[in-house]
Amino acid sequence: MISYEKKDTPIHKLSGFTKLVFFLIWCLTSALTFDTRILLLMILLGGIIYVVSGTKWKQVSGVFIAIMFFMVINLTCIFFFAPYQGCEIYGTRHEIAHLFGPYTLTKEQLFYEFNVFIKYFTVIPAVFIFLVTTDPSELASSLNGVGVPYMIAYSLEIALRYIPDVQDEFHRIRNAQEARGIEMSSKGKMLSRIKNTAVIIFPLLFSTMERIDVVSNAMELRGFGKKKKRSWYSRRKLMASDYAVIALVIVFFVVTMIITFHDGNRFYNPFI
Amino acid sequence: MDKKFGIKEVVAMGIGTALFVVLTNVQIPVFFVPNTSLQPRMAVLAFFAAVFGPIVGGVVGLLGHALGDALFYGGVWWSWVFPEGVVGIAIGFFAAKYAVKEGGFNTKSCVLFNIIQVVANAVAWIVVAPVLDILVYSEPANKVFAQGAVAFVCNIVIIGILGSILLTVYSKVAGKSSDLKAED
Repeated sequence: MISYEKKDTPIHKLSGFTKLVFFLIWCLTSALTFDTRILLLMILLGGIIYVVSGTKWKQVSGVFIAIMFFMVINLTCIFFFAPYQGCEIYGTRHEIAHLFGPYTLTKEQLFYEFNVFIKYFTVIPAVFIFLVTTDPSELASSLNGVGVPYMIAYSLEIALRYIPDVQDEFHRIRNAQEARGIEMSSKGKMLSRIKNTAVIIFPLLFSTMERIDVVSNAMELRGFGKKKKRSWYSRRKLMASDYAVIALVIVFFVVTMIITFHDGNRFYNPFI
Repeated sequence: MDKKFGIKEVVAMGIGTALFVVLTNVQIPVFFVPNTSLQPRMAVLAFFAAVFGPIVGGVVGLLGHALGDALFYGGVWWSWVFPEGVVGIAIGFFAAKYAVKEGGFNTKSCVLFNIIQVVANAVAWIVVAPVLDILVYSEPANKVFAQGAVAFVCNIVIIGILGSILLTVYSKVAGKSSDLKAED
């Protein structure tokens, strides 16, 4: 699992809010465009930011392999469900080779699937960088700083703060149940696996409900939610670099949208 | 702060999301269709929605799915994040009817809960998710509807079995502690 690591790079210095805005606009751009040139540019930019952020390959390699595995299955599936999706999109048909049955490999299909592939990949560096360089407490305080109600900012902080704790609890319970001889691996039958999963979920859920009681009582005792405002230990003001990044990403979004849609649809078509 | 959305809901939103994220990794694969398997975390989402209402349900679904995707898979599949929120909100809307915390989760509310979860899942996975997949990724319609249908079946099974049991048991435990009566 990916986690935050303290470092001294230009990206770590940016406010959490800036990185969140960047991340969301980046995702939106990637979702809307299907223009190969823009997608490739985004991958290039993502790669540069990845290098600048000083993220170690070791921090993210496990997750990266998981994505590759998922992508291979997904792309194969697309081909078997709709071998001519690419032809429909680009309006032409250049056959490369006949495979078997109704399946013929076409250039359009390859190009379309390549686009789907890099489209997924544009989001990945943004996710990695956001998670590795953003301090959860600082994110919550900077969100509150730009006007998000602190109740909401705080629940986001609680979520990020408690993931490792709940994860530990989960491992403890699973180890305990495995010690009792309950099979958790993929060997068991489906119904028995549901049953065995329930054996973990029950204690985990009940201890979580208890934790919610304890934490909310503690917060109530300290007067949380009494006043309209609160102060933050890790408050940091938005600096010139934050405004610059936000402005840049908005300009980037507008320009890419103009390039993508100026010819009426969002695909870049090299076949005409 | 009004009573309906207090400290407990703020904390439940946070810790519920954390629990949902942690359970991302617990999956029971059924068919060989990408991104679909029996997900016990869905039962947990239904549980939180039914106990704490639509806002908590919606946030746990949306934020939990986005964070879980990001932390475990390094990407966010937004087209599958939003339907998760839909399920949480829809189940949460009828939270008062199930009366879980008051110990009133009986056969009748269990039936109601299951009717709602089936409808909510149908809307989310057979309508919202495939449509978003087509809009965002231009994926072939038959593929995404097949995926959506598998996700729909998986989710109603896991929520129907695990979700119902969790709610029944919790309702029994939570309802018992209110033996005190106010004096006249």
